[in-house]
Amino acid sequence: MSARSFPRSSTWARWSARLSSFSLSSYGFLSYLFLYLPILILVVFSFNDSRSVTQWAGFSTRWYGEMLADDQVILALWNSLFVAGVSTLISTVLGTLAAVAMERYRFAGRLAVDALLYLPIIIPDIAMAIMLLIFFNQSGLGFEPWRLELFGLRLAVPYSVIIGHVAFNISFVAVVVRARLAQMDPTLEEAASDLYANSWQTFWRVTLPLMMPGIVGGALLAFTLSLDDFVITFFTSGAGFNTLPVRVFGMIKKGVTPKINAVSTLMLAFSLLLVFVSLFARRGEKNPAGELGV
Amino acid sequence: MHIAKTLRRYPALSAWLLLLPAVGWLLLFFIAPLFIVLAFSFMQGATYGGVKAVFTLSNYARVIDPLYLSTFLRSLYIAILTTAICLLLGFPLAYFIATRPQRLRYALLLALMVPFWTNFLIRTYAWLTILRTNTGLINGTLLALGVIQQPLPLFGNDFAIVLGLVYGWLPDMVLPIYAALERLDRSLLEAASDLYAPRSRVFLRVIWPLSLPGVVAGAMLVFIPSLGAFVIPAILGGGKSLMIGNVISNQFLTARDWPFGSALSILMMAVMLAATLIYFRSATHSQARTARSEVDL
Repeated sequence: MSARSFPRSSTWARWSARLSSFSLSSYGFLSYLFLYLPILILVVFSFNDSRSVTQWAGFSTRWYGEMLADDQVILALWNSLFVAGVSTLISTVLGTLAAVAMERYRFAGRLAVDALLYLPIIIPDIAMAIMLLIFFNQSGLGFEPWRLELFGLRLAVPYSVIIGHVAFNISFVAVVVRARLAQMDPTLEEAASDLYANSWQTFWRVTLPLMMPGIVGGALLAFTLSLDDFVITFFTSGAGFNTLPVRVFGMIKKGVTPKINAVSTLMLAFSLLLVFVSLFARRGEKNPAGELGV
Repeated sequence: MHIAKTLRRYPALSAWLLLLPAVGWLLLFFIAPLFIVLAFSFMQGATYGGVKAVFTLSNYARVIDPLYLSTFLRSLYIAILTTAICLLLGFPLAYFIATRPQRLRYALLLALMVPFWTNFLIRTYAWLTILRTNTGLINGTLLALGVIQQPLPLFGNDFAIVLGLVYGWLPDMVLPIYAALERLDRSLLEAASDLYAPRSRVFLRVIWPLSLPGVVAGAMLVFIPSLGAFVIPAILGGGKSLMIGNVISNQFLTARDWPFGSALSILMMAVMLAATLIYFRSATHSQARTARSEVDL
């Protein structure tokens, strides 16, 4: 045993402990500063009364005005919401059914399905995007748009985009719902059938309500991922279709203006809203934060 | 009633009925496209995109071309560097969070994940406004103040890309390490210091081995998307500094060489598959090591 390990209660050891605890706290503070400062700068300069995105020239909301006057941005916003809404609906149903099968049954081929469900999560989006691009191009399915009118706006949303979004969202929904199913107390369902509930009654009155926080959590995650997606949308949309991220990317490529900051701030606010809705939906769980980032 | 009875007698049948829509969707819109890309990577390109159904290995041979090989190796280097920096920054951060009182811990975790839920295109754009060569926040301010005469090389290079990647994926490193540290049995630490182990040895012999599964999981979660990065190098690389993801997308958007682009993406996925296999091997290893370190301090 070396000498330096002995004086545990000496003044020196106390000070060294205090110093290391202080430096750990400062490090933690600096880390969060690193995570939040760029976003904060982005938001602050969206209110800047100048074309510069870095030099402050007084408070103004003119960039928000310009954003709202930009038909392309508004159309892209509705496209985003429509794609996210439809793909969330489909992937939530498909992902939930798959989760029930995976958690409640033992069958041949279960491991293979497990791998199939995890693949879209681990594969990088650029690989999935070009796979889908080639597929839609070669299969003859093409990039045909779904035309419809929504609040007086004519939308033309390629089916290929929605199909692609569902393909990556099924897995995320399945993971979240499976986590919920694994946590659920099986005795409640046993109690229901002991009380002569048939399997449909048990499912509708016991299992489904218990699963609901997982389903809502999965749906919100799918909605967020879909709203945020740029790469897969960009490659599966054919030409001329914009969601908000695709539009923002195009704007960045053309040049930096505070209008992009304004659009970004709007998207940030929306993401924050979704985080809080999902926290609210999953309240009462042991560690709601733990699975947010699945 | 008859259907219900059949289903109850053959549970596997119910399982497959439940799985049918999801598995069908993924087979058609994920596995089939994957095989088409694999097939394309062995075919000859036609002019203006598309392929001729002639078998060839030339697409893979072209990867050895110094131009592409250097991009491939540089992407690997950037992904490994990003992973290392994330580990260096992420471990103390995870330790910091794990050692706070419970209520603060949840708040800190949530605060870690909020930027994670916001669009990464926007987060990358935020760095663009900070790092840009002449008009970025840092260079613009320093130039205006006369601190520097020439803009600092903050943008359009590997530095900017690595910074963007670290910023984007840091929470991915912190979360699994945090999960491992939180599960760590406090009595082991007390036992170690009761036995007069110095802090450095407590770290090396107890904390580090027990957090290794989290470290390896975090490294995977950072390495894979970093290697496949497309948007971050496209924006922060300033069109000069590119990664393999950009070369792949160029084969489809501008060069129109689909078979070569397919071969590149198959190779990229192969590297990731190798990383995943190493991960599963080391995960079993580290479990064994964890079990050992619990008995021999």
